[in-house]
Amino acid sequence: MLRVCLKGANSAARKCLCGNGVPLHPLQQCRSYTSGGSGSSAGKIVAASVLTVGGGVGGTILYANWDPKFRANVEKSIPYSDQVFGLALGPAAPPPVINKPRKVEPVQISSMSEMWKDSKQPKAKEVEKKAEQPDAEGPPAPAPQETLEGEACVFVAMILSAEQNVLSVFCIPLAAAKCTECEHEPAVKERPEGEVAARLAEQDKAEQDLLTSLSSNLEDALGSTAKVTLQAIGAQEAALQAIAQHTRQLREAMEAEAPPDKKSTQWRVLEDALSERSRSVDEAGAAVLKAKAELDKLRGVIDGAKHLKIAAARPSILAAEENLHSMVVDLDSVVTRVQTAQSEAKIVSQYSELVNEAKAQFQKELNSITPEIQANWKGLTGKLTQDDLNSLIAHAHRRIDQMNRELAEQRVREQIHIDSALEQQKLEDKKALEVAVSTALEHNREQMRLEQEKKVEETREVMEAEMRTQLRRQAAAHTDHLRDVLKVQEQELRSEAEEILNSSLMEKETEYRRLTQDQLDSFTLDMNAAYARLKGMEEAIDSHVIAEEEARKAHQLWLSVEALNYTLKTAALNDPTEPLEGAVQAIKESCAEDEFAQALATALPSESLSRGVYSEASLRARFYAIRQLARRVALIDETRNSLYQYFLSYLQAMLLFEKAQEAPPAKLSAEDLDTFKLLSYAAYSLEHGDLELAAKLVNQLKGESRRVAQDWLKEARLTLETKQVVSLLSAYANAVGLGTTMAP
Amino acid sequence: MANEHGQKWDRCLADSAVKIATGLGVGIVFSVLFFKRRTWPVAFGSGVGLGMGYSNCQQDFKSPYQLHGHRVKVSKSHTS
Repeated sequence: MLRVCLKGANSAARKCLCGNGVPLHPLQQCRSYTSGGSGSSAGKIVAASVLTVGGGVGGTILYANWDPKFRANVEKSIPYSDQVFGLALGPAAPPPVINKPRKVEPVQISSMSEMWKDSKQPKAKEVEKKAEQPDAEGPPAPAPQETLEGEACVFVAMILSAEQNVLSVFCIPLAAAKCTECEHEPAVKERPEGEVAARLAEQDKAEQDLLTSLSSNLEDALGSTAKVTLQAIGAQEAALQAIAQHTRQLREAMEAEAPPDKKSTQWRVLEDALSERSRSVDEAGAAVLKAKAELDKLRGVIDGAKHLKIAAARPSILAAEENLHSMVVDLDSVVTRVQTAQSEAKIVSQYSELVNEAKAQFQKELNSITPEIQANWKGLTGKLTQDDLNSLIAHAHRRIDQMNRELAEQRVREQIHIDSALEQQKLEDKKALEVAVSTALEHNREQMRLEQEKKVEETREVMEAEMRTQLRRQAAAHTDHLRDVLKVQEQELRSEAEEILNSSLMEKETEYRRLTQDQLDSFTLDMNAAYARLKGMEEAIDSHVIAEEEARKAHQLWLSVEALNYTLKTAALNDPTEPLEGAVQAIKESCAEDEFAQALATALPSESLSRGVYSEASLRARFYAIRQLARRVALIDETRNSLYQYFLSYLQAMLLFEKAQEAPPAKLSAEDLDTFKLLSYAAYSLEHGDLELAAKLVNQLKGESRRVAQDWLKEARLTLETKQVVSLLSAYANAVGLGTTMAP
Repeated sequence: MANEHGQKWDRCLADSAVKIATGLGVGIVFSVLFFKRRTWPVAFGSGVGLGMGYSNCQQDFKSPYQLHGHRVKVSKSHTS
C-alpha cells in the first residue's frame, strides 16, 4: 500500500511538476525530478504525517494541562499516557479535598449540642464539646468523631423517634447531619457501642473529676478564704475590742480621780492597753491584707471555674460567689467598724492628750507656785500652809479666770472650729459617703448580679423541669400510643399466626393422610409386584431350565457344525478335504430330534461325505489350466471336431486376446455367450471369490470347452453344495444358539 | 476331464509317430525290396502312416461327439 501510495504520489508529482514545471525543459526536468520527485513527495508525506502526529500529541498534552478531567480521561483510556503526561506536565494535582460538608457538621453538631444542653444529657453535650475540638483540628480523628456522632445520632434518633411530635423539627437537621456525614465519610467505620459508651463514661468520669476537682478547689479556696477572713474579722474584732478597751481605759484614766499609786498602775495598764491595741491593730491590718489576698485568689478561682462552664458546677460557683461576697461585705464592715473605733479612739486620745497637756500645764503651774507639792496633791491637804493655801486659791482663781476667758475664747473659737470641723466632717463624710456608696454600690451590684444569676439559674431549672415534664408527658403519650399500636399489631399478628398455623396444620394433616394412603398403596403394589415377580421368577427358572437344555443342544449342534467347518478347512492346495463323513455323523448324533438339521445333514452330496471336497483356492488354481484348455478348444463342438478344426481353434486361441478378467454384467446377452468372454467373466468372479457365479458362467460354455470344464464344474458344484449346506447348518446352529441364549 | 485332452494328444502323437515310423519302415523295406531304392515308397509309406495317425487322432478327438445311430424296427403290433 505504501508502494501504491508512493507510485500514486510519484505519478501525481510527475504530472504536477511536469504541468507546472519550467517550460524550457519540462521533460528533462521531469526526468531529473522523477528520481527526486518520488523522494521529495515521500519525504513530504512523511513530513506531513509526522507533523500531524506531533500536532495531535502536542494538542492533547496542552489540553490536558488545561483540563485535568480530560487528562484523567485520557490516562484512564490510553495506557502509559499517564507516564507521558507526568514527563511533560508533572504529576496531576490531587483532587480537591471535599471539606465543605465536614465544615457543615460542626455547626449542626453544635446545634445538636445546643439541643442536648437543654435536654437531660449534659454528659453527651460534654462529649460533643470534646468531639468538636478534634473535629476542628481536622480529619485525624474522623473515625471516632464519626462513630461518636453516629452513635450520638443514633441516640438522638432513638430519643427523637420516641418524642417525634415535639422534636420533629430537630430531626431534619440531625438527619441531614447524619446523611452528610454518611455521604462524605463513607469509608469511616462506626466504633462499636461499647467503645462509645466507654468513651462517654470516660468523658463523664473526666467531667466528674473536673467537677469534683473544681468543687474541691472552690471549697478549699472558700475554706481558706473563710478561715483567713474569719481570722481577719477576728483580728479586727480583737483590734476593735482592744481599741475600745484602750479608749475606755483612757477615758477612765482621764476622768477617774484615783490615788497616785493606782494611777501609775492605771497608766501602766493604759500603756499595756495601748501596746495591745497597736499590736492588735497591726495584726488586724495584716490579717485584712491576707484576707484580701485570699479573696482575690478565690475570685480568680471562681472566674476560672466560670470559664470552664460546667452547668453542674454553677450552683456551687454561685454559692462560692455568694460566700465571697458576704465575706467581702463582712470584712469591709468590720474594717469600717475598726476605722470608726480608731477615729473614736483618736478623738479620745486627742482628748486625753489635751487633758494630759492641761494637767501637765496645771502641774507645771502648780509646781511653779508650790514647787514642793508633789503630784499627788489630793492627800496633801493637811501638810499645806496658809500661804500656800492662799497662793493656791489665788492661783486657782487666776486659773479660773483664765479658764473662763479661755472658755469664752473657746466658745467663740468653738463655733469656727465647729464649722470648720463640720466642713471637714462634711468633706470626710462625703468622702466616706462616696467610699461607702461605692462599696455599697459594688456590693449591691455584686448582690444583684448574684441574685440575677441565681434567678437565671432558678428559671433555668424551672424551665428544665417544665421541659422535662412536657417531655415526660410526650413520652407518656407516645408510650400509650405505642402500647395501643402494639396491642393492635399483636392482635393482628396473633390472628395471622393462628390462621397460618391452622392452614399449615390442615396441610400437614392432609399430607399425612395422603402419605399413609400412598404408603399403603405402595405396600400393596409392592406385595403384588413381589408376588408376581416370584411367580415370574419361578416360571423363568423353569423356562430357563428348558432353555438351558435347548442351549446345550444348540451348543452341541454348533460345535459339531464348527467341526464340520473345520474339516472343510483341511483342504490342502490340490488335495481335497478329509471326508466329511465323521463330522456329519457327529451332527446327526448331536441333533437327533432336529428335523431340519437332519434333513440338512442328509442333503450333503455323498462325494463330499466319502471323498471330501476341494477348496475354493484349489479350484481357482485349477481354473486357469481349464481356461487355457477351454480357450484352445473353443471352436470345437459337435459339428466341428476335426483335427483341422483343432488346429484352427489353437490358432484362434493364440491370436485372440481378451481381457484376463472382465466384470460380468448383471444380465448375460447373446454375445456374452462367447467362450472367451465367459471365461474372462468366470475368471473375474473367481478372483473376486464368487465361485458360484463362476460355476454358472462356466456352465454356459458349449461344445468341447464345456466337456473340458466338466470336471472342474462338477468339483465346483460339489464344493458349492457342501458349502451351502454347511453354511445353512451353521446359520441354523447359530440361530438356534442365539435363540437359546436370548431366552429369559 | 481336462487331462483327457492331454491324454488324447499324447495317444495321438504317439500313435502318429508309431504309424509314421512304421510307414516309413515299410516304405523303406518296400523301397529297398521292390522298388529299387526309390524314395517314393518311403514317402508313400510315411504318408500312409501319417494319414493313418491323423485319421486315428481325429477319430479319437471326435469320439465323444460321434453318434451311433441304431435302426429301431417298430413292429406293427406296438404302434396299434
